[in-house]
Amino acid sequence: MERIPILRIGDLLLVTIQVDMHDRLAMTLQDDLTERIVRDQAKGVLIDISALDLVDSFIGRMISNTAAMARVLDAQTVLVGMQPAVAITLVELGLTLPGVKTALNVEKGMQLLGKSYR
Amino acid sequence: MNDHGTSDLGRFNSPLLTRYASTADLHQVLPLVGDEHVVNVRKQVREHALELKLSLVDQTKLVTAASELARNTIKYGGGGVVVLERLTDGLRKGLRLVFADTGPGIPDIELALRDGFTSGGGLGLGLGGAKRLVDDFVIDSRPQEGTAVAIIKWKI
Amino acid sequence: MSINDTAQRVAALIKQFEGEILTLWTSELAAKTFRSDDATERHCRQFLALLPTAIAGGGFDDINSRHWDDVRTQLNEISTQRAKAGSTPNETAVFVFSLKQSLFTTMRRDLANDPTQLADGLWAISTLLDQLGLYTVEVFQKSRDQIIVRQQHELMELSTPVVKLWHDVLALPLIGTLDSARSQVVMESLLEKIVETGAAIAIIDITGVPTVDTLVAQHLMKTIAAARLMGADCIISGIRPQIAQTIVHLGVNLEDVMTKATLADAFVVALNRVGASIQRNA
Repeated sequence: MERIPILRIGDLLLVTIQVDMHDRLAMTLQDDLTERIVRDQAKGVLIDISALDLVDSFIGRMISNTAAMARVLDAQTVLVGMQPAVAITLVELGLTLPGVKTALNVEKGMQLLGKSYR
Repeated sequence: MNDHGTSDLGRFNSPLLTRYASTADLHQVLPLVGDEHVVNVRKQVREHALELKLSLVDQTKLVTAASELARNTIKYGGGGVVVLERLTDGLRKGLRLVFADTGPGIPDIELALRDGFTSGGGLGLGLGGAKRLVDDFVIDSRPQEGTAVAIIKWKI
Repeated sequence: MSINDTAQRVAALIKQFEGEILTLWTSELAAKTFRSDDATERHCRQFLALLPTAIAGGGFDDINSRHWDDVRTQLNEISTQRAKAGSTPNETAVFVFSLKQSLFTTMRRDLANDPTQLADGLWAISTLLDQLGLYTVEVFQKSRDQIIVRQQHELMELSTPVVKLWHDVLALPLIGTLDSARSQVVMESLLEKIVETGAAIAIIDITGVPTVDTLVAQHLMKTIAAARLMGADCIISGIRPQIAQTIVHLGVNLEDVMTKATLADAFVVALNRVGASIQRNA
């Protein structure tokens, strides 16, 4: 089954979503991330969606849930690279992704993570 | 899965369907049964939205609305179809999507139209949100008979 | 009799019976259109005053000759004023055409004994007023086009540029009234600029926005929410006391949005956030 690759950089996990995910794939990613946080004792999770031209409610909730679970496991999540059109659409939908930190790109995301737990 | 043809749209009496002359050059019927069908709908709608020269924001809004409604049809409607059509109304052109299923129907449409995302109310169907993303939104649902949701996005 | 004689005759006629023609004309106008205001009366009088000289000097042939300059200028003015006042081009042309009736009446009476000259005169006047009427329509359309072009220019000037104040700090000075369409354009361009420049903070200055209603407030909130989702923070500056009142009154929740009185204050905060500060040289 296809899976979205998760990269480990020190105590950080980096996920770059580049495919149009169907719901099952999104759920698998959520499960995989949670597992990896525990396994790798990660302190931070970076989700890069700069390649996504669409984020609907399911994916949005997946991201929120992932961040919530990460927090329980003492890890911070930062969502990076949301495209303007996607941001505008999500706001119109009423999805604000509370509890999810955001940054413009991976570099800034890492800075943000670095500040919060180092 | 039942044979979902255009006969399902017959009992969907809405001015949306009758008011516009549908151009014959685009009339697609896509199945909505499995997970992967949502991805396919997103792809098709994006292509047609591009052809219609919708702005990037409008494209994104339409494809997102389509994704939401497609998922509803699969998850709560027991599967169905979506019909894509190009519309012409005088000088303006639009894209209409009709999501139809023969599922249990929505007992309280007003409740469903209230957001299910952030607030506690609503049914979690996100219909209110999807409605805000498009120009025209009509929902026709009868318990035990099924649901049909028609949305239109116009090229201004 | 030659056309020139006819011209002289008609010119003299108009001068002689100016009052009567004026009365007939204005009542004809009042009947045809629904305007019978002072402006119309003034326009008629001014036009009639210039007409005899133009006819006597330039004849009926060419309304673009220099003899007709004054009349054309007058018609320009009338047409432009009416365009601004919201008349239709039709109404303005009718203004000229309706003069025919009164002139015909006068001419028929005065030239009753000379049918040839009457015929010549009627024809000449008719074609002349046709030309002048069409001229007003041309002018009307040109001025309306110009109004549109000017408005577009104003719009483009007003459509606010996003300014990069510092590394990672953008400013969006909003000027003028914000309607739904404009707000969307503004929102999109701010978000695009944020991606382009990689800015972390955007200062939205509303000093130049006269009123804030629910719709504008909603658009502002949406813009800020979208920027947040992308990873940038917003500060609203320049909230005047009246706007502050309106915002509270409307129940808009600004709790998690930072606001500052002036753009300068906001700039200092922004600099601080991105790790810079301003030092005055000793």
